[in-house]
Amino acid sequence: MTLIGWIQIALFCLIIVALAAPVGGYMTRVFNGERTFLSPVLKPVEAGLYRLAGVDESTEQHWLTYTIAMLLFHVGGFFIIYLLMRWQEFLPFNPAGQSPVPPELSFNTAISFITNTNWQNYGGESTLSYLVQMLGLTHQNFLSAVTGIVLAVALIRGFARASAKTIGNFWVDITRCTLYILLPICVPYALFLIWQGMPQTLGAYVDATTLEGAKQTIAVGPVASQVAIKMLGTNGGGFFNANAAHPFENPTALTNFVQMLSILVLGAAMTNVFGRMVGNQRQGWAILAAMGVLFIAGVAVCYWAEANGTATLNVLGLAGGNMEGKEVRFGIVASALFAVVTTAASCGAVNAMHDSFTALGGMIPMINMQLGEIVVGGVGAGLYGMLMFVVITVFVAGLMVGRTPEYVGKKIEAKDVKMAMLAILILPLMMLGWTAIAVVYPPAVASIANAGPHGFSEVLYAYTSQAANNGSAFGGLTGNTPFYNVSGAIAMFVGRFWVIVPMMAIAGSLAAKRIVPPSLGTFPTTGGLFVGLLVGVILIVGGLTFFPALALGPIVEHLAMQAGSVF
Amino acid sequence: MLKHIRPALTVLIGLTLITGLLYPLAITGIAGVLFPEQANGSLIERNGQIVGSALIGQNFTQDRYFHGRPSATTAPDPKDSTKTIDAPYNAANSMGSNLGPTSKALADRIKADVDKLKTENPAQPVPVDLVTASGSGLDPNMSPEAALFQVPRVAKARGLPEDGVRALVATHTEARLMGWLGEPRVNVLRLNLALDQGGGR
Repeated sequence: MTLIGWIQIALFCLIIVALAAPVGGYMTRVFNGERTFLSPVLKPVEAGLYRLAGVDESTEQHWLTYTIAMLLFHVGGFFIIYLLMRWQEFLPFNPAGQSPVPPELSFNTAISFITNTNWQNYGGESTLSYLVQMLGLTHQNFLSAVTGIVLAVALIRGFARASAKTIGNFWVDITRCTLYILLPICVPYALFLIWQGMPQTLGAYVDATTLEGAKQTIAVGPVASQVAIKMLGTNGGGFFNANAAHPFENPTALTNFVQMLSILVLGAAMTNVFGRMVGNQRQGWAILAAMGVLFIAGVAVCYWAEANGTATLNVLGLAGGNMEGKEVRFGIVASALFAVVTTAASCGAVNAMHDSFTALGGMIPMINMQLGEIVVGGVGAGLYGMLMFVVITVFVAGLMVGRTPEYVGKKIEAKDVKMAMLAILILPLMMLGWTAIAVVYPPAVASIANAGPHGFSEVLYAYTSQAANNGSAFGGLTGNTPFYNVSGAIAMFVGRFWVIVPMMAIAGSLAAKRIVPPSLGTFPTTGGLFVGLLVGVILIVGGLTFFPALALGPIVEHLAMQAGSVF
Repeated sequence: MLKHIRPALTVLIGLTLITGLLYPLAITGIAGVLFPEQANGSLIERNGQIVGSALIGQNFTQDRYFHGRPSATTAPDPKDSTKTIDAPYNAANSMGSNLGPTSKALADRIKADVDKLKTENPAQPVPVDLVTASGSGLDPNMSPEAALFQVPRVAKARGLPEDGVRALVATHTEARLMGWLGEPRVNVLRLNLALDQGGGR
């Protein structure tokens, strides 16, 4: 570890904190339907879309209607991607002549993109046409991110409103979020990325003759427009197979730094939106503080583990840390930081191969996802996941003093706690359940690339990442098989929607409640005690659930490595 | 349920066209005007022929060139399309080795590479990036140490003074941005192009 490394980490954290309030303020205005500086240009587009759709801007929806609208919207999104992939050979913008994608792989990919996972069982440059990348994947990069944000906003409205029947209008929320928040950031962002060297072309792959006279085919494409939203929307599906490690997808240290910022900025700002909407920004800062504690702990361990290198390297006297699977322009620190950022959020873009990380360095991304990606988290999804833990935390605090728990003026009752537990418990079932099946099912075992405990880690990582809707991978595992395509799609689907439905039920239940003014007996949720208790609850729930599985994978591998074993 | 179908379809199609077609095509159009070189892949031409991209590494094996990092990319086997063969720096199929920290295959590969490099230059410690495969398999860079390590071999193969080649490496070394961001590095292709153009004397 170096001083310059820590300076990069510190500046990164400072910028995120500094952006949270201004971005949060702007987002709050958008969701409250107030005028913004973009209204003169965008209002006519917005109004036109409502007219075509027959949507009345001022009519709000019950939580169940809101949820049904969201689900219907996703059915449509699923078919767009699936059919584009199956028929890409007959459609335009296919200069590389990509052939139709097989049904299981198309199914897996379509589920993957509507759930904001962006798991890659395909290699972008070797499988997909430009049309699929744009109309299929880029569009769903926007819409799945927007969905996460508006669902979190619906939940926040549940906390903020008193005796209300409705929590917003899904159609209005997604239209505003796309037009006023994501697109206006993506346009200058994509141009910045191109300026730094990212390709953006519809031209065919380039044939070069290398200095030694060999032929090199260089894949290009409309990369920048997709990468901008891939990061901002915490989607993470790469244009290229190597994702953000590919020099075209992440050309410089500066693009790498900005990409990391853009992964976390909206998630961090959502905590501020929460604070503003419930009328006390300190409530938002308390949640961000709890996220920050977990984030910095993860970065410290990951950076330390990667900088220390592996036994294989150290025995040969190779100094400089574990560079296998990492790029020189990023080095150890920016690779370790990126790995923590991308799994703290539900992004899943990678700028280094996690499969080649040290045992403990690779365990941190896994833990981040197993906790449910609530450490800042995916846009929206992180905040609503975190609020589920907040519900549990105030419930535990209530048990300690024997009072009905309250949070931001709302009584948290048995029904709400049950729903929160339902949302929290589904992730371990998908992650551990499918892992258990895969490691005893011979065709699934055959996909494992690394022998020994690392092989188990590959499978555990795969289902952890998919159920948490992350999308990063221990890439050695051959995921493009019928078993992994189908089981992974189920894990992604359940991991997304089984969390959303109970969460929306809580939103509806909270909105209908009266606001209870704080009294002397109210547990303050803006101080250090609450932050500590929240972090404690998260670590205890996560630790009890996942420690046994982690012991079989990364922990035993670390001990084996220290003993000098190879497999 | 039925009354949701119309907004679902209209909003879906409307937003899909805006974000999936209008947005990427508009960006492509603007990029073609503002940054045409980058937008097309930062290609490098020599005598009217494309020799590569400044951002994409390529495979160097001859002694007279600096070698980049090991690359784990593959290509379909021409004899049997269900199998793959090693194809370093295949810029149409980026990937890393995905070998884990306790992999015997990785340990053997690194040991063999280190032994080979030690015979080439016993005087200096082997830089770690020269024996570890990059994440993309297309890393255009190596560390300045990795370049300096290869100076004796390249100078001998080209009949150049070592000091001259070392100076050329120094001029091709890029520092951290603003002194703190990123890592010091050398672009392998640009360095080799400079050698071919008579640099290093």
